[in-house]
Amino acid sequence: MAVSPPKRKRGVKPLSDGPDWSFELLEQYETEIDRVAKHYGLDIYPNQIEIITAEQMMDAYASVGMPINYSHWSYGKKFISTEQHYRRGQMGLAYEIVINSDPCISYLMEENTITMQALVMAHACYGHNSFFKGNYLFQTWTDASSIIDYLVFAKNYVAKCEQRYGITEVENILDSCHALMNYGVDRYKRPQKISIQEEKERQKERENYLQSQVNELWRTVPKGEQGKLPQERRFPQEPQENILYFIEKSAPLLEPWQRELVRIVRKVSQYFYPQKQTQVMNEGWACFWHYHILNHLYDEGKVTDRFIMEFLTSHTGVVLQPEYNSPYYSGINPYALGFNMFMDIKRICTDPTDEDKEWFPEFAGSDWLETVHFAMKNFKDESFISQFLSPRMMREFKFFAIEDDERENFLTVSAIHNESGYRNIREKLSAQYNLSNLEPNIQVYNADIRGDRSLTLRYIPQNSIPLAKSSKEVIKHLHRLWGFPVILEVDEDNNVPYVLERCPAE
Amino acid sequence: MAHFIDRRLNSKGKSTVNRQRFIRRYKQQIKEAVSDSISKRSVTDVDSGEEVSIPTRDISEPVFHTGKGGRREQVHPGNDQFTTGDRIKRPPGGGGKGGAGEGDASNEGEGQDEFVFEISKDEYLDLLFEELELPNLQKNQLDKLVQYETYRAGYQTDGVPANLDIVRSLKGSLARRIALTSGKKKRLKALEAELAELKADKHDHQLRIIELEKEIAELKKAIARVPFIDTFDLRFRNYEKRPKPTSKAVMFCLMDVSGSMDQATKDIAKRFYILLYLFLTRTYKNVEVVYIRHHTQAKEVDEQEFFYSQETGGTIVSSALKLMDEIVRDRYDAKEWNIYAAQASDGDNWADDSPLCSDLLLQRILPAVRYYAYIEITERQHQSLWREYQKIAEVRDHFAIKHIQSVEDIYPVFRELFRKNVARPQGVA
Repeated sequence: MAVSPPKRKRGVKPLSDGPDWSFELLEQYETEIDRVAKHYGLDIYPNQIEIITAEQMMDAYASVGMPINYSHWSYGKKFISTEQHYRRGQMGLAYEIVINSDPCISYLMEENTITMQALVMAHACYGHNSFFKGNYLFQTWTDASSIIDYLVFAKNYVAKCEQRYGITEVENILDSCHALMNYGVDRYKRPQKISIQEEKERQKERENYLQSQVNELWRTVPKGEQGKLPQERRFPQEPQENILYFIEKSAPLLEPWQRELVRIVRKVSQYFYPQKQTQVMNEGWACFWHYHILNHLYDEGKVTDRFIMEFLTSHTGVVLQPEYNSPYYSGINPYALGFNMFMDIKRICTDPTDEDKEWFPEFAGSDWLETVHFAMKNFKDESFISQFLSPRMMREFKFFAIEDDERENFLTVSAIHNESGYRNIREKLSAQYNLSNLEPNIQVYNADIRGDRSLTLRYIPQNSIPLAKSSKEVIKHLHRLWGFPVILEVDEDNNVPYVLERCPAE
Repeated sequence: MAHFIDRRLNSKGKSTVNRQRFIRRYKQQIKEAVSDSISKRSVTDVDSGEEVSIPTRDISEPVFHTGKGGRREQVHPGNDQFTTGDRIKRPPGGGGKGGAGEGDASNEGEGQDEFVFEISKDEYLDLLFEELELPNLQKNQLDKLVQYETYRAGYQTDGVPANLDIVRSLKGSLARRIALTSGKKKRLKALEAELAELKADKHDHQLRIIELEKEIAELKKAIARVPFIDTFDLRFRNYEKRPKPTSKAVMFCLMDVSGSMDQATKDIAKRFYILLYLFLTRTYKNVEVVYIRHHTQAKEVDEQEFFYSQETGGTIVSSALKLMDEIVRDRYDAKEWNIYAAQASDGDNWADDSPLCSDLLLQRILPAVRYYAYIEITERQHQSLWREYQKIAEVRDHFAIKHIQSVEDIYPVFRELFRKNVARPQGVA
C-alpha cells in the first residue's frame, strides 16, 4: 500500500479559488479530491452531495441529522433552541452533516466559500464516508443501504398510528421509548439486514405472532401443580441489557402498534450506537484525510496559496485543543485528539524514535498508510486510545489525570505525562471513552410473571457513582410501557440490593 | 463520481410539524407566559410575535444518567503546574468538571434555566384567544351586509353575448356533431369502400354502383345538414353575487379620566383595551381605534394623551356616550362598520347622569354596535352607574359589564366575556 509523495509539478493550472462556488467548480474539486483519495486507497460509498441553506441545516440538526424522521415534539424543541441560538449568534452551524448511508449523503451549507466546500468534501465525503464503510463497528451494527428506507417506513408508520390512535397516544409511547433509548441497544448480537418491503411484511407477521406469544406468556391459570414449578427461576433467565427489546417482546399490555413504535426507537438507537463509540476516531480520521488530500492538491499545484491559507486557518481552528484553564475549555476536543493521534501514527511509521520502537514495536517503521487503515478499521475510541496513544502525544497534550472522590474534600492529581504516568493516563483516557463507563449499567433483572407482574431493574454502580434523580422520571416512563409495577434496585458490591425507585410509589 | 443535488429550493419548514407538536404539548405553560406578556404591549403594537419562556425542567427529557458523587477520574490537557499526588481544592459547583467528559452524563442538567423562544404573531394570538369568539358575530353578521361581490358560478345556456364562452360552446358543438353524424359517417365509409372495391372489380356491377352512389350522396347530404353550431351549443359564463361581510371594524375606547382614576386604574383599562384590540384584529382586516376620554366633558384624543395625560374634574359619563354617538353617526356608518366599544370607569358618576346614560345606550348606541363591554375598575361599592348598566345587560345580550379589582382579573374577565358557546353570566362580577 506504499504511496509516492506528490511531486511538485510545474505549469499546472490551479483551480479557481472562488471565493464563491458554483456547481461546475464543485465538480472540478470533487474530481480532484476523488483522484487523490483513490491514490491513498480510501474506499468509499458513492457520494451524494446536497447543497442546503442554513434553515435546512437547522432542520437536519433537529431530526438528529437524518434527512427524514418521524415527527416528535422533542425534535421541535431542538429546532427551536437551535434556531434561537443561531439567530442570536451564540452558535455557528456545522459546515456539513454526513449520513452513514449508501450512497453516502452529505449536506454542504450554501454559505460556505469554495475552500470550505472543498474542505468539507474531503472531510465528509471521503473521510467520514470511508470510515463508515471501513470501521468494523459500522460494518457490524449498521446497514448503510437500508437506513433511509427504514426511516421512511418509520415516519409513515408513526404518522399512520397518529391518525389511527391519536397524536397524544403515540407521543406518550415515543416519550417513554426516548427515555430508554440508550437502553435499546444490542451490544453483542448482530442486527439483521432487511429492506423496506420485507420490513413491512415482517411487521405484520410479527404483530400477530408477538401478540399470541404474549397471551401465552400470561396464561396463569393455576393447574394445582404450582409446587412443581421452580419458583426461584427468574424471567428473563439472564439479565437483559436491552431494556427496549425486552419491552417489545415481553411487555404484557402493549398493543401491536405500540410494540412496533418501541421497535422503531430501538432500531434508530442501534443505528447511532457506533457513532457514539467512535467519535474521536471518526473525526480524527476525517480531519487526517482532509488535511492530507488538500495538502496533496496544493503540492501538485492544483490549488492556490490563498486557498491553502484559508484552509489552514479553518483546519487549525477545528483541531485546536484549549488547555484546562482556558475559558474556552470544555473537555477534550475529539477532533484534536483524533487528528493528532492519526498524525502521530503516521509519524511513528515514517520517523520512529527509540521510544516509539519500544512502545509500538509492531508497527514502528512500517508502512504508514497500511497502519492508519488498520487502526481505522479495527478499533473504537476506547481501544484506539489504549492501543495507539503514544507518550509523545501525552507530552504534547500535557495530559494529567484528576481523581475526584466525594469522600475527600480535595481533588488529587493521580497521574501526569511522565514516565511513571504514561500507562496510567492512557488507561484513564481510554476508560473515559468507554460507553459502558459513561452510561449507568442498568439491566432487566426479573419480571415477576407468576406474581404481581412487577418488573425489577438492577443498577450496578461503578466506583460508587449514584444514579441521578432523573431515574425517578425514567421509571415512570418504563411503567407506562410495562403496565405493571416497576422497581429499580441498586446492587452495590458486598451489599444486599436495595430498592431505589418504585413506580407506582407505595 | 459524486452526485450533486441542489436542495436549497426544497420547501422550507421541514420542522414545522415538530415545532407545532412542541407548542401543542406545552400549550399550558406557553399560555401562561403569553397571558403574562400582554401587559407589556402598546395597544396597537401587534405586528410582532412574543418571546415566551418556560422552565427547562418542565420540558426536559429524562434519561438514566449518573449523578454527583462516587469516585471519578478525568483526564485534562494542558498541565502547567501539577505533579502526581498534588491536592487541589475542590472547585465550587461540584465534583469533576461536568460529569464524565463527552456523553450523556451532563447534557441534561438539572438547572432551572428558562427555555426561551419566540412564537410568531399568529401563534401568539392563537394561544391568547384560544376558545374565545366574538359574541353575536354570527347573528349580526348577515343583517348588516351592504357589499356584494360577484363570482363565477358555472355556466348557463342563456346570457348576453359578452359572456359567451367560445371554447365551451364549441366543445358542445363538437360533441353534438359527433353524436349526430358518427353513425352516418361510419356507414358512409363502409359504402365508399364497397364502391371502390366494385369499381376495381373487373366484372360489371353497374347497378349496384348506381345504388351505392345514390346512397352515398344522400348520406353526405344528411351529414352536411347537421349544423356546425346550434343555439343549444351556446354556453354563457354565469356570474352570481354573494354578500360580503365588511371587514372594517372600529373600536371605541371610552375612559373616565376624572380625578378618581389614578394611573394604576388607567393601566388596567389599557390592558383590557389591548386585549380587545388584538382580538378584533383576528376577525377584521382593518381595525380603527377611537379614543374618547371624559370627565365632565368628553374629548376625542390620541393614544398617548388617552393614557397618559392628567386631568381632573367631576364625572359625567353621558358626555362620552354622546360624543361616541356623534362620531358614529358622523364617520362610522353602522352599515359598513363593525362597531365595538369598551368603556372603563371607576364607576364614579354624577348620580343624576346615570339614567341618561342608560337611555343613550339603549336608544342610540346599542342598536348600532356589535358589542359593548363595560368594565368597572374599583375596589369600592358599586354606584348608580353600575346599577343602571346592570339593567341594560339583562335586556341586551351584546352588552356586558364586568368588575375588575386588580391586574390579575383582566385576562380572566376578558376570557369570560368572550368565552365560546357559553351563556355569559350577565351583570354579575
